[in-house]
Amino acid sequence: MANMNLKLLVWRQAHSGHAGRMMPYEAHDVSPDMSFLEMLDIVNEGLIAKGEPPIDFDSDCREGICGMCSLVVNGIPHGPDRGSTVCQLHMRKFKDGDTITIEPWRAAAFPVCKDLVVDRGALDTLVAAGGYISASTGSAPDGNAILVQRDLAELAMDAAACIGCGACVAACKNASAALFVGAKVSHLALLPQGHPERETRVRAMVGRMDDLGFGNCSNEGECEAVCPKEISLANIARMRREYLRALVHGEPRTA
Amino acid sequence: MSGAPRLAQAGTRQLDAQIPSGPIPEKWDTYRFHAKLVNPANRRKFTVIIVGTGLAGGAAAATLGEAGYNVLSFCIQDSPRRAHSIAAQGGINAAKNYRNDGDSITRLFYDTVKGGDYRAREANVHRLAQVSNHIIDQCVAAGVPFAREYGGLLDNRSFGGAQVSRTFYARGQTGQQLLIGAYHSMMRQVGAGTVTLFPRYEMLDLVVVDGRARGIIARNLISGAIERFAADAVLLATGGYGNAYFLSTNAVNSNATAIWRAYKRGALFANPCFTQIHPTCIPVSGDHQSKLTLMSESLRNDGRVWVPKIAGDRRPATQIPEHERDYYLERRYPSFGNLVPRDVASRASKAVCDEGRGAGETGLAVYLDFADSIKRLGEATIRDRYGNLFQMYEKITDENPYKTPMRIYPAIHYTMGGLWVDYNLMSTIPGLFVLGEANFSDHGANRLGASALMQGLADGYFVAPATLPNYLASTSLPKVSTDHEGFKEAESAVRTKIDRLIAVKGKKTPREIHRTLGKLLWDKVGMGRNDAGLEEALSRIPSLREEFWATVSVPSTGSEMSQILEYAGRVADYLELGEVIALDALERRESCGGHFREEYQTPDNEAQRDDEHFVHVAAWEYAGDGRLPVRNVEPLTFEYVKPSQRSYK
Repeated sequence: MANMNLKLLVWRQAHSGHAGRMMPYEAHDVSPDMSFLEMLDIVNEGLIAKGEPPIDFDSDCREGICGMCSLVVNGIPHGPDRGSTVCQLHMRKFKDGDTITIEPWRAAAFPVCKDLVVDRGALDTLVAAGGYISASTGSAPDGNAILVQRDLAELAMDAAACIGCGACVAACKNASAALFVGAKVSHLALLPQGHPERETRVRAMVGRMDDLGFGNCSNEGECEAVCPKEISLANIARMRREYLRALVHGEPRTA
Repeated sequence: MSGAPRLAQAGTRQLDAQIPSGPIPEKWDTYRFHAKLVNPANRRKFTVIIVGTGLAGGAAAATLGEAGYNVLSFCIQDSPRRAHSIAAQGGINAAKNYRNDGDSITRLFYDTVKGGDYRAREANVHRLAQVSNHIIDQCVAAGVPFAREYGGLLDNRSFGGAQVSRTFYARGQTGQQLLIGAYHSMMRQVGAGTVTLFPRYEMLDLVVVDGRARGIIARNLISGAIERFAADAVLLATGGYGNAYFLSTNAVNSNATAIWRAYKRGALFANPCFTQIHPTCIPVSGDHQSKLTLMSESLRNDGRVWVPKIAGDRRPATQIPEHERDYYLERRYPSFGNLVPRDVASRASKAVCDEGRGAGETGLAVYLDFADSIKRLGEATIRDRYGNLFQMYEKITDENPYKTPMRIYPAIHYTMGGLWVDYNLMSTIPGLFVLGEANFSDHGANRLGASALMQGLADGYFVAPATLPNYLASTSLPKVSTDHEGFKEAESAVRTKIDRLIAVKGKKTPREIHRTLGKLLWDKVGMGRNDAGLEEALSRIPSLREEFWATVSVPSTGSEMSQILEYAGRVADYLELGEVIALDALERRESCGGHFREEYQTPDNEAQRDDEHFVHVAAWEYAGDGRLPVRNVEPLTFEYVKPSQRSYK
């Protein structure tokens, strides 16, 4: 496959208080073996050499596991490849002469910091609200003291594979964090170690979602479609069952 | 011949590692009994800065927060969960002996000292092996979804450098799952108010007041503001410096700035030339490449490494018949086979490629072949074990590893060197503690697979939470305000450096210069090092540094979010650090672990240590800009594991 020339339309915004706009750029001599972010690196190299401010965008591990990269490519969070972060998207998926639009995550809960960089601190706040198991260091029993059924461990692992990138929120027309919270609730509720707090956890996390500006889930499934780790919608269903269970049981026992 | 440095000045500092007395299995317990404690009611009066939120920093923040200290946690990413520990794939070691295959704390200790080629401190390594079992317990309790057997018990796999099966894992995402465990515990403390998060903050200097670490200067990466933070102690858990080589398996933002600037404030830098080259990475495909992707060592459990027998054989792998393949690891190392340690595997790959027998278009690759395992176990089992790694490989290379063998090549992965610390994990600056990959202490000249996660969590969950209180309780720490002269001076130095970077306004990008430095380090201070090459690196790095400061372009105002400014500052530090890596490699005139000096090898091309002159840690001391650093020495003694020629045959 020969090298390509591409037109880019990129969201530029000085900072959260400023209005942003789409700006045109050209990417020349793009190798099909480049990753999408390497293509942006090359565009930035050209800007820097000319003394112009480069396009800021988030990325870190560049191997699809840290969850830092966060671009909407041609309207799709993480781009056209299913089950992939944008750092693992390669230019062989594009054709010579293509015009590509590149935007940041769009959600009220994720304000733009600059250009394509957004603030996803709201996801951390959700975890701090209860997305954990209270197990202070030093108090743990032997690792094999509690058996974990293999299929449940595998299901928990499926949910725990969430990388917290926020693509689910960016894809949702309601900017709902239901898949993120559903994955966290599932991961911890499926394991016996997470059982003592399963009801307080789901109440706390679901309760925080609204305050932070995330919308409701209306079962469209866009979240699952863009999730780079292909986290299943079944996790949202499980979150709802867990929530219902917590409601049926009522407030934590006090007497 | 002698061990005295030839170029650098020999230092005279007495480096006391503070190793507790008594037999090695009792040292850690003895230490903990004698350590001074801080009363639970007094802990909130102490402020502790922790820079970095990977396994070491995250676990330390969680544990010190749980204990009641006032913890300020800094990371450069937007969330603490993204630290580069997350990318570790294969697993974490522990001496549980759940397989009943002869494992024990003593054996893990022995394997780690031997694996490090007898250049690690015995007492530290033994402690690491001791706490390894508690780490697994802690992670399970925190909800890490480790792989299980059908009966519900924890599963294990094998890793390089060991003949027991002691590695715990969570698919190919063990680092991510362990980090999420530590992150959850840390976020629980954020909710409880003991830990305050400072995401998107970069530490740019250490503040030393009256000889003690009392704070940091950090840049708010969103607003560009330079801010001062005071504390009673500073813990650095900022990872390794592999990105000095430009292409490495590290995340693109992993950097050496925090440890480097602490070095320039007086912390000694130990064994910088001990860098680990990982044998199984996806080969370089072109100049555009921003990083190299690791394929987990666990793949060597089921993959067989080979190259064509005949040099220049460029046929596709599937067309090369069995009798024309050289399974060189199995041939050279029959008892460990494909699971020899990383340094040995990497050198063997380089050797066959140097003979012209490398695979693929570039000839800089070897095959990692799963055909036999797929035949034996079925594709489903292989998919179960390595599915996500195979998928990652296919995304990057557009080749299907279920059908054709993977092509792999060594790449810079981990750095065993780092800031010098004593048994307390305290550097030569009192009050500055260094945890995880950022310190040097446990892996000697080569780290075994699945031991980085173990060390990060050992330091964060168990070691620092025991040694830090001892420091706080035994030291007079008068209140220090951020108006103190030490803060003013450090802040002003940071501002000057940023202003200088912006003022150059040249035509070269920081990346161009970083790439040149990286290539030089890889060629001359990489897998094979020799006197002439190291001399050449040492003569070229200073001119590259001059070129950087004369021609770099950093289009930024400084007072706003600016990723190019962040990166330029890190490259400026690599241009200084790279020189010390090369200098350390030049002065260590022996081969050991990942440090292979071509002049010092056995007749069958294995690393030849010089135990007469180099059984020591080289701890480099900053002597001012434009001057070579001073080489101090901490002698190592081996009471329990007698140094011998490391053999995996």
